[in-house]
Amino acid sequence: MLRKLFKFHGGVKPQTNKEQSTTAPIAPVPLPDRLVIPLHQSVGGPPRPQVQPGDRVFKGQRIGAADGNLSSAVHASTSGIVRDVVPAVMPHTSGLTTLSVVIEPDGEDRWGELDRINVRAATPDELRDYLRDAGVVGLGGAVFPSHLKLKPGKEGSLDTLVINGAECEPFITCDDMLMRERATDMLKGISAMRHMLQARDVLIGIEDNKPEALAAVQAAITASGEKGIEAIAIPTRYPAGGAKQLIRVLTGIEVPHGRRSTDFGVQCFNVGTAYSIHEALEHGRPLVSRLVTVAGNVNAPRNYEVLIGTPMDHVVRLAGAHPDTDRYIMGGPMMGVRMPAFDVPVVKATNCILVGSPALFPPPPPEMPCIRCGECAKACPADLAPFEMYWFSRARNFGKTQEYHLFDCIECGCCSFVCPSHIPLVDYFRFSKSEIWAREREKEAADTARERFEFKNLRQEREKQEKAEKLAAKAAATREKVAGETATPAAATAAKPSGDDAKRALIEAAMEKARQQKAQAAPKNVDVTSPDVQAEMAAIDARRRAAEPPTEPPPPAGQA
Amino acid sequence: MLTALLVMTGIALLLGAGLGFASIKFKVEGDPLVDKIDAILPQTQCGQCGFPGCRPYANAIAGGEAEINQCPPGGEEGIRKLADLLGREFKPLSEEHGVEKPKSVAVIDEVTCIGCTLCIQACPVDAIVGAAKQMHTIIAADCTGCELCLAPCPVDCIAMEPIAETVDTWKWRYPVFQIKQAA
Repeated sequence: MLRKLFKFHGGVKPQTNKEQSTTAPIAPVPLPDRLVIPLHQSVGGPPRPQVQPGDRVFKGQRIGAADGNLSSAVHASTSGIVRDVVPAVMPHTSGLTTLSVVIEPDGEDRWGELDRINVRAATPDELRDYLRDAGVVGLGGAVFPSHLKLKPGKEGSLDTLVINGAECEPFITCDDMLMRERATDMLKGISAMRHMLQARDVLIGIEDNKPEALAAVQAAITASGEKGIEAIAIPTRYPAGGAKQLIRVLTGIEVPHGRRSTDFGVQCFNVGTAYSIHEALEHGRPLVSRLVTVAGNVNAPRNYEVLIGTPMDHVVRLAGAHPDTDRYIMGGPMMGVRMPAFDVPVVKATNCILVGSPALFPPPPPEMPCIRCGECAKACPADLAPFEMYWFSRARNFGKTQEYHLFDCIECGCCSFVCPSHIPLVDYFRFSKSEIWAREREKEAADTARERFEFKNLRQEREKQEKAEKLAAKAAATREKVAGETATPAAATAAKPSGDDAKRALIEAAMEKARQQKAQAAPKNVDVTSPDVQAEMAAIDARRRAAEPPTEPPPPAGQA
Repeated sequence: MLTALLVMTGIALLLGAGLGFASIKFKVEGDPLVDKIDAILPQTQCGQCGFPGCRPYANAIAGGEAEINQCPPGGEEGIRKLADLLGREFKPLSEEHGVEKPKSVAVIDEVTCIGCTLCIQACPVDAIVGAAKQMHTIIAADCTGCELCLAPCPVDCIAMEPIAETVDTWKWRYPVFQIKQAA
């Protein structure tokens, strides 16, 4: 069947460099000496650690529990002993640390007892909770928890489920190899998602530079006999793998600013996510490994099945890095970020380790002034005006950048790619975005502080008032009582005591009360003492009473 | 002549009534300028400006009694924003009111704390938990770093610790502008 395809605005055609890493099948990676698994791998709060140094863990055992619903669990990637739970450098440009679990593998790679779920009998809510605890997140790069996306829109069903096998970024081939080798399992995952979302159609978009993957997926669809699933070849153009761009190409729907694709009955998932959903639902295996492309400055670019937490240099060594290697980039050449060290761990977001050298990626030519040629606006797949946003970002005029819809920028790098002045436009946009986020956080903190400060003032005011009221009420009550007492015997002489008398009576009443209290006061902390101590105290009391001359008649109890 | 007089009086009465109605109907409670200034101030309530809290300082700025450069926690950026809002000239932070410091939170040395509650009374945002003769501790998320708890502590067990950058709060740096290619 011929399907009408649509076009998205802009885009570029960089050299794909994908052939090198698709010649060999997916290879396993031998266990490293130690695995460093960061607990904070997806959006949402960092998971709470569930293990302590010295604990034995099994493969697939949960080591970090999801913190709230907007988070995802983390699991041990192999069996072994937890050596430490410490902050370790994470694969992030900043080079900052995050709480990580260090596991020393025991070499057995043994799965623990896995909690299984009956997919057919479980309700969608149970399936979502199960996927959250299985740590399934979007493997396309954004690592957004999948269970949050597996909710049908307001109508309770979805028109189209778009599966993203476009993989538009140069060098990366992990989705390609996954579709070639594991199309049947991936398709089962897609069926499960379709069931949860109640989706009518499923469209699998694959760029036309991957004919083998397309053929494998189509064969799997025919073999499964499922209706309404279609694998479609789309023109190769970067960034066709962006969610909004792929939805545009396949369905013609352009998701406007500030809306979600679910508002239009479309939801998009990566092929790798579909595969890990199948693994979780069918075999009960949480997300403990993923496919990673190792490419760039290496002898044999290839795809590996890598355990989460494996140091990157351990994987790169298998591919044989050239001696002039000076950096690892996580992701591709367009959107990837440089790693702070060679031994940072592979995480759920790592789709590619791009090994770089000065020869392969020469330093960019010097930045020159913007000539406002508009090439970036022509290339922008999000229909933005990068040259305007650049201008305002450079001047730190963040309000204006937001007016030009800075947050619709997907940081694909097309603008920087075409810029004749070699301006690192995306760097400016990332800078602006993080500045704006920081400001929002500050503003939120200031608002909370203001609220708390005002409440404290209010509270102090209220306490003062309450105290004054209480005192006044007490004074009034005592005055009344005294007045009542004095009035009965002296009722004949004076109808009402004068002001001075009343005051004196009050003072006398207070003194009388104090005397009574003093007489009644018993020593404290003596009621829980042992009989020995009590006997001793009684003896001391008796001695004291004997020594003192009896001024008062002894209490009646003593006489008896 | 009379017609003209009547017409003019009529118009005057009508407009007067309209204005009177509008002044009641659209009456603004408080000074909106104070709110705008208060929104720029960092709400640490530290009193370094010489006023008891951010709102009184905002009032003073709006009333022309205070300069815009008396808020160290707001820093240079805060002064720039105030200058923009009020159409005044930018001034560097006045030295007598303090210096700009990195954002910090107070930390109580729980071994030394004697439980005197003095810091609890001093905290403007109720960010210290504790009771008499019980150990106190700071709710770090609510601490504004105003340092008002440092002075009352009789055993000097409170220290300010700068907030460490985390992956969530990390910011991309301003792209370095390369004018000449390095040799």
